[in-house]
Amino acid sequence: MDRIPILKMGHFLLVTIQVDLYDRLAMDLEADLVKMVSKTGAKGVLIDISAVSIVDSFMGRIIGNIASMSKLLDAETVVVGMQPAVAITLVELGLELPGVHTALNVEKGMELLQGMIVADDVELEEDDDITLS
Amino acid sequence: MTILPLAKDTIKVYKEQDVVLLRNRVKEHAVRIKMGLVNQTKLITAASELVRNMLRYGGGGEVLIEVISRGRDNGVRLSFKDKGPGIADIKKAMADGFSTGKSLGLGLPGTKRLVNEFDLKSEVGKGTTVTIIKWANG
Repeated sequence: MDRIPILKMGHFLLVTIQVDLYDRLAMDLEADLVKMVSKTGAKGVLIDISAVSIVDSFMGRIIGNIASMSKLLDAETVVVGMQPAVAITLVELGLELPGVHTALNVEKGMELLQGMIVADDVELEEDDDITLS
Repeated sequence: MTILPLAKDTIKVYKEQDVVLLRNRVKEHAVRIKMGLVNQTKLITAASELVRNMLRYGGGGEVLIEVISRGRDNGVRLSFKDKGPGIADIKKAMADGFSTGKSLGLGLPGTKRLVNEFDLKSEVGKGTTVTIIKWANG
């Protein structure tokens, strides 16, 4: 059976979608990713959709679900590489992706995730100071 | 101006994997009439939404793909025909945010925004036919 590979890179999980998804494959990815976040304690999920030519409302909902579920497990989700035609179509379709961060490409997406983790660390340190004093 | 059909193709859609086949076939026709990438993407996304509705609510059916011409403009016409339960309240179904299933309710109104022409005919107990047209330069 088809499976979309999930790679672990430091604190992050990396997914590159190389094929147009059919429903089952998308739902399997959703379940696999959430399990992986929980198992690895990942702080971020980066999904590269640069090879995806179609995002319809179902696929959009799956991406939204992944982001909300990861958030509950304390991980942020960044979607990168959306094709311009896909962005235009999504807006006309009326689909928003609440809770999903986006970046232009994998490199910028990684920077964004790293930035969010650093910000988290700073907050933690500040909290420590408060409890000490 | 009259619309002339130039070529046609029928695809039966009864399971999920057929959706990918349909998307590919629609794309082939759109590319052949030199439809731009943005319009192609809108057309295929619209087709994807409608075929999903057809599978979920109508139990699958047939999709007729036609290459059509109107004067100097070419386009693709898609007809989604199912023999499902039909839609009782078309006006409600066409409203943004309405869904009888657990979807976002963007399917029909969203699809209408992506294409040039949109027609929905439905009879309760008999089935539903949705026809859309996307012109290459529309």
